[in-house]
Amino acid sequence: MADSYARSLISPAQLNRARSKIIYRIVLTAVIVVFTLVFIGPIYFLFTDGLKSTLEAIATPPTLYPHHTHPSSYVRAWDQFSLGRLLLNTLYYAFGALAFQLVFDVAAAYSLSRLRPALGNVILAMMVATLMIPAMVLIVPLYITVANLPIVHINLIGSPAAIWLPSVANGFNIYLLKRFFDSIPVELTQAAAVDGASPMRTLRSIIIPISRPILAVVSIFSLVAVWKDFLWPLLVEGGYNPPRETLNVGIWVASQTAPENMVLAASAIAAVPTVVFFLIFQRNILAGLTAGGIRG
Amino acid sequence: MADLVTLPQTPGSRPARRRTGAGGARRSSAHSLNPRLRRHLSAYGFLIGGVLCFALFSWYPMVREFIMSFQKSQLGVTSWAGLANYRRIFNDPTFWTAWRNTLEFTLLALLFGFAVPFFVAILLNELRHAKGYLRCLVYLPVMLPPASALLLFAYFYDPTYGLFNDILHTLHLPTSQWVLSPGTRWPTAAMISVVIAATWMNMGGATLIYLAALQNIPGELYEAAELDGAGIVKKIRHITIPQTRLILSMLLMLQIIATMQMFVEAFILDGGQGVNNNTESVVYLIYQYAFAMSSASNFNAAAALGVVLLVVLGAFSGGYLWLTRTRAHLSRPRS
Repeated sequence: MADSYARSLISPAQLNRARSKIIYRIVLTAVIVVFTLVFIGPIYFLFTDGLKSTLEAIATPPTLYPHHTHPSSYVRAWDQFSLGRLLLNTLYYAFGALAFQLVFDVAAAYSLSRLRPALGNVILAMMVATLMIPAMVLIVPLYITVANLPIVHINLIGSPAAIWLPSVANGFNIYLLKRFFDSIPVELTQAAAVDGASPMRTLRSIIIPISRPILAVVSIFSLVAVWKDFLWPLLVEGGYNPPRETLNVGIWVASQTAPENMVLAASAIAAVPTVVFFLIFQRNILAGLTAGGIRG
Repeated sequence: MADLVTLPQTPGSRPARRRTGAGGARRSSAHSLNPRLRRHLSAYGFLIGGVLCFALFSWYPMVREFIMSFQKSQLGVTSWAGLANYRRIFNDPTFWTAWRNTLEFTLLALLFGFAVPFFVAILLNELRHAKGYLRCLVYLPVMLPPASALLLFAYFYDPTYGLFNDILHTLHLPTSQWVLSPGTRWPTAAMISVVIAATWMNMGGATLIYLAALQNIPGELYEAAELDGAGIVKKIRHITIPQTRLILSMLLMLQIIATMQMFVEAFILDGGQGVNNNTESVVYLIYQYAFAMSSASNFNAAAALGVVLLVVLGAFSGGYLWLTRTRAHLSRPRS
């Protein structure tokens, strides 16, 4: 914090002593080595074990690096499990869900924050209250609802809408967006209203440009959530049906029958997009974690 | 004009808001008949998409779950069944096994997944170098698709060619069957294996949230404690933990709720049930009742299970919030 003197458990004076400096160096090196082993180690095996031959992958004792590299297992995994197809599916689901969430949740949060319809507070409370309901508990009635939407009687199972539309019902998005919109000075939107801007125009030209940081947070977490989801896509996207599966489900299905080196190659390929995404957006992702606000 | 009173709360903008309030009223009498109605209509227009999705995919399923749990469905005909579904699940021996396992997983996951990130965060907060690198490292597994990470762990856990047994073997330690251990006595090796994988995958989020909380502790507090002669352990006990208590208790609750819903970890590592049902969780049982019993898939019994889980989690979070609130209230004068 800027206003108070930045320090932590161990005082700077203590750290500056010669003996402490040596201990600090040792601890620092140990932490870097141990953390690299613990967190990068498994990822190293994820990528190199896919290069082994089927026999080497299940050799006892396991080899630390591929003695004979077989990049062909990556190619074979890509073809045999139609990973390209699965990747496109996942991208389609993730960005579709993102688009629906951005349109509906931003509009709803804007309405609740600025347009304030009658009963708005009740609706807001009911939306945020859904955060209290653990998602897995509703999986059965949600499945039945999606299989036969009330009143209109449409079956969404197998269509991408089965992932897109339920993703909009995200209390966390509403809470984050509404809170951010509330913090935008009223004078700005009032000035726009005085100039004759419609609510739509105000949203487009004032609220959204100011809200870029929070929109980035909401977008990143929404993409990651769809990417990482397992049970829901398994159930609704015609499970075990490669033309519609997500990558996450697809490699699990593949793992049921394929040899280990192919499974690992497929898992490694599936991990590449999220790892690259993380390395590009790490600043936003790490900042967004705390923006979610357990600030009371 | 109740809606004007509750407009956003930036203290500086209060007078400005009153002025427009009056202006708006004047305009409304001069202009068309009911701009207020029109304003509400456009507000609902913006709201409708979100409300429909919440209604269909959150509020309605919630109600539906309760109703379904008291119904039965035979050959497409739905009728009331009273408590039959509840009787059926309570009479199922795997129900109690699943609850026992879920509780075991939750306790173990707290031991690993709650304490480890906190001490890792304290450690990282003391280091003045490689901060960005270490933070990325801890969070990297969180970004992997769960299936990738879990299939990798299943490979490491393999009793014959897995890496973990090889390491144990090199160190001359007894090897283990890991997730495939048949034991059912607490704590089972199978469940510990599931927890290790789950902690590796998920600890990054909690660690970074703690780290942010630690950075908000004013340095003066530690200085004052040092003047009183406090060592590192005392400083952690009397400053670090009390200062981060709010976040610790929030995360503790969220983590318990999340771990009680354990599904994908055991599902991918060992098919969900494990040997002798020793990793079968409540959510897995729901999945089994609803989707995996090929001949007798029973949505109604699954809904009853869901209601039981919901009631337990609801009672837990309600009680937890109530307890922590009173304690926060009592300790306010002190802090």
